[in-house]
Amino acid sequence: MFEPEIINMITENFGVSIYMVVVSTLFSYLLGLPLGVILVVTAPGGLKPMPFFNQVLGVIVNLLRSVPFLILLFVIMPFTQFVTGSSFGANATIVPLVVSAAPFVARLIESSFKEIDFGVIEAAQSMGASNWQIITKVMLPESKPSLLVGSAIAATTILGYSAMAGVVGGGGLGDIAIRYGFYRYQNDLMYVCVILLVIITQIIQEAGLRIANKTDKRLH
Amino acid sequence: MNQPIIQIKDLCKSYPSKKGAAVALEHINLDIYPGEIFGIIGMSGAGKSTLVRCINFLEKPTSGTVIFDGQDLSKLSSKELCKARQSMGMIFQQFNLLMQRTALQNICFPMEIAGIKKEEALKRARELLKLVDMENKEDSYPSQLSGGQKQRVAIARALATNPKVLLCDEATSALDPKTTRAILNLLKDISKRLGITVIIITHEMAVIEEVCQKVAIIDNHVIAETGTVAEVFSRPKQDATKRLVYPEDRKLPDFNAARCFRLIFDGTSAMEPVISNMIMDCKTPVNILAADTRVMEGQTFGQMIIQIPEQTSQINLERILVYLDNKHVQAEEVSGCLNLKS
Repeated sequence: MFEPEIINMITENFGVSIYMVVVSTLFSYLLGLPLGVILVVTAPGGLKPMPFFNQVLGVIVNLLRSVPFLILLFVIMPFTQFVTGSSFGANATIVPLVVSAAPFVARLIESSFKEIDFGVIEAAQSMGASNWQIITKVMLPESKPSLLVGSAIAATTILGYSAMAGVVGGGGLGDIAIRYGFYRYQNDLMYVCVILLVIITQIIQEAGLRIANKTDKRLH
Repeated sequence: MNQPIIQIKDLCKSYPSKKGAAVALEHINLDIYPGEIFGIIGMSGAGKSTLVRCINFLEKPTSGTVIFDGQDLSKLSSKELCKARQSMGMIFQQFNLLMQRTALQNICFPMEIAGIKKEEALKRARELLKLVDMENKEDSYPSQLSGGQKQRVAIARALATNPKVLLCDEATSALDPKTTRAILNLLKDISKRLGITVIIITHEMAVIEEVCQKVAIIDNHVIAETGTVAEVFSRPKQDATKRLVYPEDRKLPDFNAARCFRLIFDGTSAMEPVISNMIMDCKTPVNILAADTRVMEGQTFGQMIIQIPEQTSQINLERILVYLDNKHVQAEEVSGCLNLKS
């Protein structure tokens, strides 16, 4: 159906898509996890309530989340250029992906932590646990299944965003779908890319759920 | 020995709210001695859960303080407070076990926090599982355990760091009566074997009667009465105590009979068959209409309503009253609508 070079291009960009998602998700968690922890810990009724700071941080997170990804992509281009030395290609797409996904990840982590029964945290406090011990030994391990489900959601969202970066030649399957399929009316190529994206999304989502269920000791 | 392990001194706690401060506790003073099983009882909303959280400073009192084992908790840094809390175990109504850890790992948890070496912690955790009769469940997760089993693991966990005091916040309120009794017996046994001081917070009289030596009644944010269980429950002085000892739903049906007497047993005539001796001595049959007595620390407390047949002569009647008086059983004539409320 396709010439070998086109098939080559698809496989190559399939790899690029996966690369972008994996690296962006990793960096988003590197930033988003501490941010989410801070949001929960400083919230009123949290381990170390700091209402004003919490509110300011919340507004910043919401602000970043409300900027449409495509606009963010252009706005931070100088920063992207500074970090990666280029303003297009996979590495250059990762920067706006992380900036956009990190606050989202922070909110995901915040909601996972809020699922923890406060009684368990209180029990740890009654044993003389410090706040740091409560975060690392209670909150993180106890919300592990929920965090895993969250990471699948984050990865699929990042995959969706990465496809949008095709508009500026970000690379990956979305890039082909837009450049060849959409702009040059190669519908068959567009469909193939979209179907591949659907399959990746399904796999990430399903794997995330399964791993989460498997590790959740409440279900056995 | 006669130094209190916990001294609560003029403790007040209120929560800020939009309509001024909401008072939870007012001027609480309590001394709790080593090895005691001390009950704190009150209706819901009385402030008892806040009080137990003030004892280990999970809630910081608004004023007043707690002296635990010679240290004033209000003067400790947060690090020192964490250290002090390791000497106070706590168990909860909802058990509050870590759901993602096995029973054994749950018991190891406080030891991890205290920085005890892993092998040592595991060894101690296994001993504790044995103590609470759960040896064969070390690899079970909390979701695989029943309520009573979860509370046993929670007790073992609370004991892991060799605390001097065990705080129990409604520890049996989520359990059925049989399991409640088993858990209470375990607490009693632990207190005796390890010499640990146990503080039990509850809204159930039966829990206090079953295990406590001393009790404090908390009502409307203040301590209404405190003393030994026998003292407080047999001669309740305060309305709050009376409501707990003889709640409204223990009201007995109406009797419209003449010559009814209310007998009050206050522990002085314990194991003696007082009524049957009275019947034989005074040669008068009596009809027991209602009785509500309980045994505390081997003594009988409570009330009984008896009816003396109408044909009984005045002399026999007086003999009965004198007899009862000799046995230190108070008798008073009642008629019409009766109930055992004093």
